[in-house]
Amino acid sequence: MTTVSRNETLSISEEIDVVMARNKVRLFAKEAGLGLVDETKLITAASELTRNMLLYANGGTISIEHVSVAETAGVRIRFEDCGPGIVDLALAMTDGYSSNNGLGLGLPGARRLVDEFQINTKKGEGTVIVVTKWKR
Amino acid sequence: MSFERIPILTMGEFLLVTIQGEMHDTLATTLQRELTARVATQGARGVLLDISGLSMVDSFMGRMVSTIASITRMMDAETVVVGMQPAVAITLVEMGLTLPGVLTAMNVERGMELLRGRLGFAREDSNDYGESERDAIDF
Repeated sequence: MTTVSRNETLSISEEIDVVMARNKVRLFAKEAGLGLVDETKLITAASELTRNMLLYANGGTISIEHVSVAETAGVRIRFEDCGPGIVDLALAMTDGYSSNNGLGLGLPGARRLVDEFQINTKKGEGTVIVVTKWKR
Repeated sequence: MSFERIPILTMGEFLLVTIQGEMHDTLATTLQRELTARVATQGARGVLLDISGLSMVDSFMGRMVSTIASITRMMDAETVVVGMQPAVAITLVEMGLTLPGVLTAMNVERGMELLRGRLGFAREDSNDYGESERDAIDF
């Protein structure tokens, strides 16, 4: 069973909030005892997904929490927005596809950087992405 | 929004930019604009972009670095990215962002050597057609 011991919710509405989100994720990663490489990967994934929220949904909320299963600790982040949703999820998860002139690495890149990645999106209602990184 | 700026130092015919602390998107965009303007006004031949102080580089910043390198190259100046932290390098590669065409060096000193070397060869190139190809450092 997964236990949640601490969590924090951040509201994302402007560019500087991406920096705040990164710093908060770093704090949680350090507390959970993630190694430097895993910490960096999680922060980078969080940065990508937070920026996506701003770009495509005008912001949203992020909840960061400490989770543990048996003896393993980890950090879970939930990104929730009320944006337009992702019309073609398969396409959005494809490397190199970008609807915004970016590199198209945001979603597929972020997925590769974490241990668990779940995405739920509904056209016109929004998108929820939950990522988890476990301590090795 | 904020008055932060990243200082651009002149070192002979090169420009040195040391990025430290938190990099947000506007700052990255401002840097790109100011740096390319400085390359033009000073006729700089190279740019050293020291990112050893960055604990994270995401796809936006990675793209900014690539763009700076491409723009300066078109303006006859090479950009060398210096001091990327191992965790940052691992993360970028895993994400699929390998910064193709961007020169890199371990530290500022080696970055300078790299730039001087390339400039030296370029100068030889202009007087001497035959030999230069073999000596050129090819990335």
